[in-house]
Amino acid sequence: MNMLAGSAVGSLGKAEHSPFYDFALPPERVRPWSPDWARASRLAWRQLRAEPARLLAAVTGVMFAAILVLMQLGFRAALFDTATALPEALHAELFLSNPMTTALFRAEPIPRARGFQALAVPEVLKAVPIYLAQAPWRNPENGTHRAIQLIGFDAEDDAVKIVGLSPLVPALKRVDTVAFDSSSRPEFGDIADLLARDGSLEVQIGSLEVRVVGTVRLGASFGADGNVVMSDDTLRHIVPAIRAADASVLALKLRPGANPLRVQAELKRLLPPDVVVLTHAQLVQREHDYWDSTTPIGVIFDFCSLLSIFIGMVIVYQILFTDIVSHLREYATLKAMGFTNSYLNKVVISEALILAVLGFVPGVAGSMVLYRYAASATYLALDLTGQRCAWVFLMTLAMCICAGLLTLRKLYQADPAEVF
Amino acid sequence: MSTTVEVQDLSYAFGAGSLRRPVLVNLNLAVEAGEVVLLTGPSGSGKTTLMALIGALRALQEGSCIVLGRELGGARDRDRVAIRRRIGFVFQDHRLLGFLTAAQNVAMSLEVDPAGSERDRMRRAVAMLEAVGLAGYAGARPDELSGGQRQRVAIARALVRNPGLILADEPTAALDRQSGAEITRILCELARQRSAAVLIVTHDVRILDMGDRVLAMEDGRIGAVSASDRELPPLRRARGFGPLEDVVEMSPLVKGSAS
Repeated sequence: MNMLAGSAVGSLGKAEHSPFYDFALPPERVRPWSPDWARASRLAWRQLRAEPARLLAAVTGVMFAAILVLMQLGFRAALFDTATALPEALHAELFLSNPMTTALFRAEPIPRARGFQALAVPEVLKAVPIYLAQAPWRNPENGTHRAIQLIGFDAEDDAVKIVGLSPLVPALKRVDTVAFDSSSRPEFGDIADLLARDGSLEVQIGSLEVRVVGTVRLGASFGADGNVVMSDDTLRHIVPAIRAADASVLALKLRPGANPLRVQAELKRLLPPDVVVLTHAQLVQREHDYWDSTTPIGVIFDFCSLLSIFIGMVIVYQILFTDIVSHLREYATLKAMGFTNSYLNKVVISEALILAVLGFVPGVAGSMVLYRYAASATYLALDLTGQRCAWVFLMTLAMCICAGLLTLRKLYQADPAEVF
Repeated sequence: MSTTVEVQDLSYAFGAGSLRRPVLVNLNLAVEAGEVVLLTGPSGSGKTTLMALIGALRALQEGSCIVLGRELGGARDRDRVAIRRRIGFVFQDHRLLGFLTAAQNVAMSLEVDPAGSERDRMRRAVAMLEAVGLAGYAGARPDELSGGQRQRVAIARALVRNPGLILADEPTAALDRQSGAEITRILCELARQRSAAVLIVTHDVRILDMGDRVLAMEDGRIGAVSASDRELPPLRRARGFGPLEDVVEMSPLVKGSAS
């Protein structure tokens, strides 16, 4: 009796092809799209739609994950956007900075003489000292004090580009005049309104009375709640400890046509090691890197972003897993009817993709509302950019696909033999 | 008539080592095209396992099982999937997909074949529903149908692909007498029209007269019958059977293939 079975098995073992060759299934290939996907997507959608409560819970889960990620990325981007706003505003090809300086809001001084030495390189047109300090600002409305970032430079040197600065340059040349950053936090007072109402405004910074001659727009950051722009002389009046010989950063403006990288190399060779020579991009990147990796806050945002993705994946995984478990009998039936694991995989992945799309759309809508609220509450520049949305959408898709792939293990447990 | 199912010396066991428990022992069976065979016997006699093996739902261990001309011994998983696509299954609890309508459930059976449009599949599904007496129920969901109607949908789903073999596991178990008889009649008639072989596992003595043959299983073997039994009149002519055990003992009325 066993000869028959033995011969059948034996012949199969020796044969190149199975005896089912003439009507067997075509070899399975990974194809980005096939009619199977259309059918699987339709079945997945019907399955999801049949249980509205479960679908709503699933969509809410994905939406929640998308909002979490979008908010984290929004805050993270705001951190970098605001942190790099000041170096972005500096308008020069090269910069000299103290090697100990990790971020501009806490810049270590460098000898201004290095700027004069840099002028020895013919391509360097001028070296503009920029002075940065923090001092207490007295709110003219309620008398409270709060530290504000002081930015001092010779406005005529055109080394700083800040929105609203140009028309104020002549006024700022007068000593003890300042321009207030209207994007500062409200704790500094409603300066723009007071200025518009009274025409001019006297405020106290440190122990000095200064006149506010206008407003500029730079933006609060995680390092500074507000900014005030002035000449270098005014800054030294407010903070006498800062010497004219010690700048926070030296902006080097090059002659037209000069190659910044070549000049940078030349300056590195020429200058002593108590300064570093940075291009504008490197200056911005240093600021970015400081907040990204040196401070806990960058790490926290990175961690929270990853955590949000993980939470989202767990939510989708849980939803899909529960869905598969509750439909295990149906999947076993489909297998018995001749559907392949490959087809059923497509059903599950389609479900995951549908959930991703359905959850992402309200997630973006919810995030838009929350961005607006968070921006008004924090005075940070929170923008829900199309690029970020696209990125989070791809991430949501990937998250859902990963969750779907993880649940496929359960799908394989659907045994067609169990249907009898 | 050609042979649709040919089982020779088929043995199957669950477990391994000291836990090994044989459920089928040197079993032989042949079912011809267009023939309706009823398989009965006590629980644990191996009926379900035999169905699962013939239905290519389990891999063979010993012996030979040729279904629709293809040897299942040594078949790969993918080959068994291909075979299953040529078999219609009717399950005890209908196993319809609750989130699909009756027509969609039937059309699902056609979806294993990528050819053809959705509209064509639905058209064939609706026609099949009409054939089982469910005209006008195409849009009904399983939970809107009675038990008998659900089983008719399941039969339509099994038949719509015009399979060469139909395997039905206790199709009347959850139905009342009238519905059960009606379901079996529909299944047998439509299968015969299509020259499909039908193998029905049943405990329901009320339908035993509807098949061409009744096979009794016990302890993994088909009940002992003699070659002369082939000449005996079909069971469908006899009425009023008592308990199943009586049927099994009435060997003169039971025809089984003698190997």
